[in-house]
Amino acid sequence: MTISRQPDDQIINRILKGEQSEFALLVEKYQNYVFTLVLRFTESREDAEEIAQDVFVKAYRSLADFRGDSKFSTWLFTITRTTCLSFLRKKKLDTISLDNERTGLRVENRESGFSANGIEQKSRHAMLNQAIAMLSPDDTQVLNLFYKGDQTLEEIGKIMRLDPNTVKVKLHRARQRLKDKMEKHFSNEVREILAD
Amino acid sequence: MDQEMEKLIWEYIDGLSNESDKTIITKHLAEDSVWRSKYNELMSIHEILQKEELEMPSLRFTKNVMEEIAQFHVAPATKNYINKNVIRGFMAFFLVMISGLFIYFVGQIHWSSNSTGKLLPAYSLNANKVNWSLLLNNTYVNIFIGINVILGLILIDKYMQGKKNASHNGHWTKGDSA
Repeated sequence: MTISRQPDDQIINRILKGEQSEFALLVEKYQNYVFTLVLRFTESREDAEEIAQDVFVKAYRSLADFRGDSKFSTWLFTITRTTCLSFLRKKKLDTISLDNERTGLRVENRESGFSANGIEQKSRHAMLNQAIAMLSPDDTQVLNLFYKGDQTLEEIGKIMRLDPNTVKVKLHRARQRLKDKMEKHFSNEVREILAD
Repeated sequence: MDQEMEKLIWEYIDGLSNESDKTIITKHLAEDSVWRSKYNELMSIHEILQKEELEMPSLRFTKNVMEEIAQFHVAPATKNYINKNVIRGFMAFFLVMISGLFIYFVGQIHWSSNSTGKLLPAYSLNANKVNWSLLLNNTYVNIFIGINVILGLILIDKYMQGKKNASHNGHWTKGDSA
């Protein structure tokens, strides 16, 4: 899969002129970002894939509403967030609030899984993913948008409808909570990382 | 203190510190081993987060999306079919209504002076005493109904015209009109 290096606005212009197939370029470029963001809201990859698909369909249908006053990715991630929140509302999952971390049960299950498999064999990437999965969706979203989505604090503020200063505080707290989780559940790996 | 130090170091790592903070932190990092150790710790987390790989959907994902959107067309921009004048008209209507009612009710209050010589409203406002017949007489009701009939006809006309245009240029699909 080759990701297009063409500017998004050029691709969008062609789509708006009727070249529907060009939308595949945008899907290929952003599918991993959208899928990663969605996966933080849901428990299963199947659901995440369905929601991510829905995000792209919504983005396509309302493409004429993209005014270009922000990055396309910021606009797309806003759709991603609202679609995920609608999904959660439908499923009545209690995972939206900032302080409401995902259920202890999942964490406990994961912990028992680690001891069975041997924590030392986990890669750093897997460890980080597991630690992030223990955070609230808000925390993971801020981290993902900042580190993976290449969004500034202002852009994250637009997506999450928050003031940039609030985003800064949220980002700081999210990293703090991630650090706490890593120290609590993966102390060996954290020691190794710090020793490097 | 520890939390404040972390906050400052995170801002420094993110490149969000102001010049004076930057100078202070750089000095601390050069001279203070506690600051240096905390910086290294936070920097490690920052680096792993930066290197974190993205999750990938199935290989068919793009194909699935393209098959799904094949049923649709890009919907016209919202600004094209939402007439701002209509919204302004609604706002003006409600403002006039609220102002009119406010003036009417204020007019119903009987101002009287008390022993201190200050004017105080006599709160004798009673909904039963409001003279509704002034507002709801035949003339006003007829005007109201007349305006609504005209607006309704305009709306139907716009709707019919929209349908006619859509069938000419084929812009809308069945799904879009929903």
